[in-house]
Order: sequence, then C-alpha cells, then structure tokens
Amino acid sequence: MAQLLQDKDRIFTNLYGLHDWGLEAAKKRGAWLGTKEMIEQGHDWVIDQVKASGLRGRGGAGFPTGLKWSFMPKEVGNRPHYLVVNADESEPGTCKDREMMRHDPHLLIEGCLIASFAMKAHACYIYLRGEYILERQRLQAAIDEAYAAGLVGKNACGSGWDFDVYVHHGAGAYICGEETALLESLEGKKGQPRLKPPFPAGAGLYGCPTTVNNVESIAVVPTILRRGVEWWTQFGRDNNKGTKVFSISGHVNKPCNVEEALSIPLKTLIEEHCGGVRGGWENLKAIIPGGSSVPLLPKEICDTVLMDFDALREHKSGLGTAAVIVMDKSTDVVKAIARLSYFYKHESCGQCTPCREGTGWMWRVMERMVRGESSTEEIDTLLNVTKQVEGHTICALGDAAAWPIQGLIRHFRHEIEERIDNYRAGKPVFVPAMEAAE
Amino acid sequence: MSARRLAISQPDSFQLSASAKKKIQHWIKKYPKDRQRSALIPALWIAQKDAGGWVPEAALREIGDMLGMAYIRVYEVVTFYTMFNLEPVGEHHIQLCGTTPCWLRGSDDLIAVLKRRIGPQGSVSEDGKLSWVEVECLGACANAPMAQISNAKDDMYYEDLTAESFEALLDNLVAGKTVDSGPQNSRHTSEPEGGNIALTGEGPYHDTVVYLPNAPKKTKMSVHGGAPKAKRKAPAKKAAPKTAASKKAPAQKAPKPKVIYTDGPTDGKPDDLKKIKGIGPKFEGDLNGKGIYYYRQIANWKAADVKMVEELIDSIPGRIKRDEWVKQAKTLAKKG
Repeated sequence: MAQLLQDKDRIFTNLYGLHDWGLEAAKKRGAWLGTKEMIEQGHDWVIDQVKASGLRGRGGAGFPTGLKWSFMPKEVGNRPHYLVVNADESEPGTCKDREMMRHDPHLLIEGCLIASFAMKAHACYIYLRGEYILERQRLQAAIDEAYAAGLVGKNACGSGWDFDVYVHHGAGAYICGEETALLESLEGKKGQPRLKPPFPAGAGLYGCPTTVNNVESIAVVPTILRRGVEWWTQFGRDNNKGTKVFSISGHVNKPCNVEEALSIPLKTLIEEHCGGVRGGWENLKAIIPGGSSVPLLPKEICDTVLMDFDALREHKSGLGTAAVIVMDKSTDVVKAIARLSYFYKHESCGQCTPCREGTGWMWRVMERMVRGESSTEEIDTLLNVTKQVEGHTICALGDAAAWPIQGLIRHFRHEIEERIDNYRAGKPVFVPAMEAAE
Repeated sequence: MSARRLAISQPDSFQLSASAKKKIQHWIKKYPKDRQRSALIPALWIAQKDAGGWVPEAALREIGDMLGMAYIRVYEVVTFYTMFNLEPVGEHHIQLCGTTPCWLRGSDDLIAVLKRRIGPQGSVSEDGKLSWVEVECLGACANAPMAQISNAKDDMYYEDLTAESFEALLDNLVAGKTVDSGPQNSRHTSEPEGGNIALTGEGPYHDTVVYLPNAPKKTKMSVHGGAPKAKRKAPAKKAAPKTAASKKAPAQKAPKPKVIYTDGPTDGKPDDLKKIKGIGPKFEGDLNGKGIYYYRQIANWKAADVKMVEELIDSIPGRIKRDEWVKQAKTLAKKG
C-alpha cells in the first residue's frame, strides 16, 4: 500500500468544516502567518517560488500557475491589473472549491492578496457560481473579518500594498467557468467566451491585464511559500507536484472530498478514503477520473493508473478537476454518458455553430443508442461528428462535449453494438451485470 | 443551449422595494466608475428575491434604468442565465440535480417523488407551496443526490437524499416546519460517511514554521493583526456549522464599549444621536437598529468600523468621515 498523505501535510485542515472557519481559528491553523514577510520579498520572488514549486492550475487545464502569472505586464501602465478567482465550480463531479470557501476561506483570501501582489494588482474579484449562496455569505463574512483586522484593504498586513477583494456571483451557467466567458459575465454580459488572442493577461477584465485562476490554485500558494518549495515538491511525481483535493462521487461506499498527494494510485484513493467500490473492486465498471469533460477509463486501466496529469494523459484521459466519478457494474454506462451529452447540450452558450448544433445532435443520437435504436455504422458517424466539433470552437466546451463520447466508443463500443443487436432481435437492450449492492 | 423567454402574462405593475434598491446600490459600489453594468447579475438576483422568486418584466426595465443600460441588454442576460426564473414559482422552489454524479446515486427516484407530488417539471403544486425543475450539476457531488430549495428565507442545499428522506423533507416544508439543510443522513459535510479518515483529531496539524523558507535573507515570520485590533472585531461564537451562515458582520464581545450591542441598549440609556451633525432621525433609527446607541461607541470607531457601519446603514462612503461623526461623538461623550 502506498503511503497516504499525513494530516501534518494537508493544506486544507478544515476541509470538512469540523472546526471554526473564523479568523482567529484560521490563524491558529497557520493562515496569515508571515504574509507580510512574503510580500516583503518582492513581486519576482513570489512568482519565482510559485514557478519553482511546479504548481499546475487546479481548475482543469493544469497550466503552470507561475508561468501564467509571469505573462502579466512587468510594469503597470495606464490600465490597472486584476486578479480574478474562478469559483464558478460547475464541472460535474467537482465539489472541492465549495469546501474551501465555506470552511477555509482565509486561505483563499490570503492567497488572493499574495497572488495579486505578485502580479501588481490592487483589486481582486472572486466569481462564485450563483447557486453557492451559503458559500458566498461565508466568504464575505471572512473578507469582512480580514478587512477589520487590517489584513486586506489599505496597507494590507502592514506590507504597504493596498489591496481590495470583492465577491461577485453568476447565475447558473456552466460556461462561465471558461475564463473569458467568466470575464464577460463579470462585466454584466451573457457568458460567451472571447476569441483569444488577446489573452486576458493582455486584455481581460474591462480591457485591462487580468489573470484568472481557480480557487484551489490560489488558496494553496500561501502555504507553499510558508512551508517552502522543498516541502511541496516531495509530493507527486516530476511535473505533477504537490497535494490536491479530490472529489469522489458515484458508486463508492463513502463518497467524499479528500486532500491527497498527486500521483496517488486511483485504486488506493478509492479503497483507503472512500470505503472501496460498492460491491468490491471487482464490481467496478468504469471511472471518469477528472470531471465530466474527460474520457472515462475502464476497470483494467483503473487497476493501476496514477492520479496525476501525465499518467492520465497517457491513457487518453485527464486529471481535469480531479473529480472522480465511479461507476460499478450495475451502471448503464451508455446512459451515464448520454446524460453528460444532455448536460453539454444544455450548457452550450450557442455562439459557435459546431457546438450549438453538434451538442444537440450528439445528445439525440446518444439517446437512441441508449435504447439500441441505431446501427453500427452510426457509431462511426457519431465518432466522426465528435471530431468535427472538437477543436473547431472558440472555447473548450465543444471538446468537453466530444471527449466523453469518444471515451465511451473507445472502451465500450462492444456494449453499444450489443444493444443495437439486442434491439433488433427484440431482446431487452440493457441488463445490468450485477444488481446494485444497496 | 435552451430557449428561454419572458412569461406571457405579467403583473400590471411592479416596483422594486426600497431595500432591494439599496442592496443593488451596494453592489454597484464594488466596481470601478462607469462599470456599474457589472452589477447586473447580482441586481437581477436581488430583484428575483424581491418579487417572490421570479423576475417580472417591469423589474428588468427598472434595473436597466438603474444601471444605465438598454433594456434589450438586460433581457439578453436574464434569458441566458438559468437561475433567473421567468415565470412565477411556488413558495418553495426545488432545483433538483439530475446530472450523472447525482443520477448514479439515485436522482431518478427523487424525480419520481417530485412528479407524483407536483407534476411535470416547471409546474407549481395546486396549493402554490412547491414547484420544481431539473437542473444541471450544483457542485455537491460527494453528497449526491441533492437539491437546492429556494424560498423567501434562503436557498439551501439538501444533500444525501433518499426518496424517503426527501418525501419527509417536502412534508415538513409544506407544513411550514423548519428543516435542517445540508446532508440528510449522519454526515456533517463532505467527509466520508461514518467518520473522517483524514483530518482526525483536534488539530492544528502541523508545527508552526518560524522562518520564511527560501527567502534571500533569514526572515522571521509574524502573524499580522495584533491582539487589540483583532479582539475588537473578534467574531462571535459560531453557531453549529451546518447552517451557520454568518449573515452580517460578526457581532462583538469584549472591550467596552462594544462596537455593536446585539441585545439592545444594555449599557444604560441610549444617547440622542441626532445631536451629531449629519445624523437625522432616519440615520438614528438605522443606527439603533444595528445596535449603535451611544456617543462613546461612535467615539471609538476606527476606519474599519466606519466602513462597516457605512455598509450596515447604506450611507454614502465617506460621509461619516466628512461630517466628522467620530470627532463630534468624542466631544459629546466627554460632556455627557
């Protein structure tokens, strides 16, 4: 058995809300320690440390955070710089940022200050998804505490840096998790992604240099600086360093969120933290390892795969948001993916034709395949259409709609074909391999 | 994408309440000058709450006027975002998540309950108490299946549901009883059921780091926000974390006089705050309503308190400083 992450190395020590979220308790857990001293080391020092840590963005794409920060103009011109925190957590399966915001809000606020300072921004907007109302109130209460204690505001932490942080919210649109759609939404418009270039670092919020980061990417930064790059890089394989909060849902005995080291074997993660797959590991059918947008993996791969960016990429999937959706043998996997196709059809913003038309088309065909009312040739047509949508849209929603279907056809084509045969023979199209163990 | 249109039948007239307008003004202040349009989504959300759970067309025009926007831009946004209800909803509006993680855990059973009790999605029950829609992932997948229920009071998540517990929950809502939000089984939040494996014990879990690692020079780290200031604003005891959303700035304890008296004027007869230039009967009422009764209280305000109070009473920022309330209060407190 692999060594599990120890509590002393966990960043989000109040992930489950078992302790007080307030300022005094957060300080006791280590937040706001040495913030002033970190800022005193200068903008470049912060960025260099984040680069050296190898931190990769925790919102799905896994882009190196320090590198992203270094794209911001070195000097502030006549346009102010902004940091925007993407807390529009909507990727199906993902529920980690919510816990950080309602239980460890001060780590995020401190991270906002340090990241904003590194990029010479005096203002930061945190964009929460509209449904997170309790989380929004909690975060605002924590921000109010931080203002009252002089940790943010004028001369934040006594560092001489003026910093304001504001909470903003959306109103139920998955697409606003895409960074440029988020900026449009923050400007009071429909959340439709912008063409890049210009990239947000050149022209983002209100046309000013802007960096958009996920909640977790920002919230881990103070602790990385505080405990040092050497501490952080002892976890995970090369190029996949650090700890990560995993959200595990679906057919496990005990679904949960848990912070673990990257590169933990998927099987260990599920067996140790989630009480195993419902009905035992042998009852596993497939796992979506990184939120709904990444292709699923059949059991054979899940047996040995490591949970990090590169290992999952080798298997033509991805770490995404590290939201693990587990399906046991009772699952109608075609229907599970068809439901995701419905999700993307519902959430397409309608701007690009391949996505607007393609997501609806793919969903309708998927629904027929669930019932077996299709033909084997149509599987190839469907695969072809996913390739037409993929890579031909402004943002990655088109790709995200295509990948789950491609994954299904790659690994479970035989099941779709079997259904088509059953339907034609007048047999029941889907019989669960094993009854759900309740 | 889904086509969404405004309701055909609209009320004859509708106006935003004064408190809703105040709240919208509060949001406008968050954005740079001339960027008030950024407040559109929060403003629409406030309007929806104000109008009883949906957004009438008249409210869109009013918000358009407030933010200096063409009405069509407001319509465009309200029809894009699915949290805005364009038709009236029930007293308790249920948004049930049906996306794959919830579906795997039995959201179909919950949909069956809703269909039986209320009807097809989008409908309102006969007594007007319940309405429901199926929504896409609400971001609580480790606590699936779940629903968000919105009413005049709040918008809470109800998690780890089963058909039975959901049915009981709906019964209680219809009967007007209070219901606990969060997981409906033994869980606290998103820890594994039956007790957490990580983060056991009391914590804090790690040793305090004394020196900043990797700094060019040896740098000792300090916790900023020394005791006096922190104590003054120390948050009140948190209620049970399950539903404890701290709704406003935390109430005070310790050194006298308190910044805010949450239990009324418990420290003697209230002063006549109207003696302070700039405070009229309205502000006095507002201040009393927020637990501010005495000159000595105001005399002790620091910058952060002024900011907080300005937000509490929705005063124009800078007004308290401009009219020198704190200085006046100091003088009055000495006299009194």
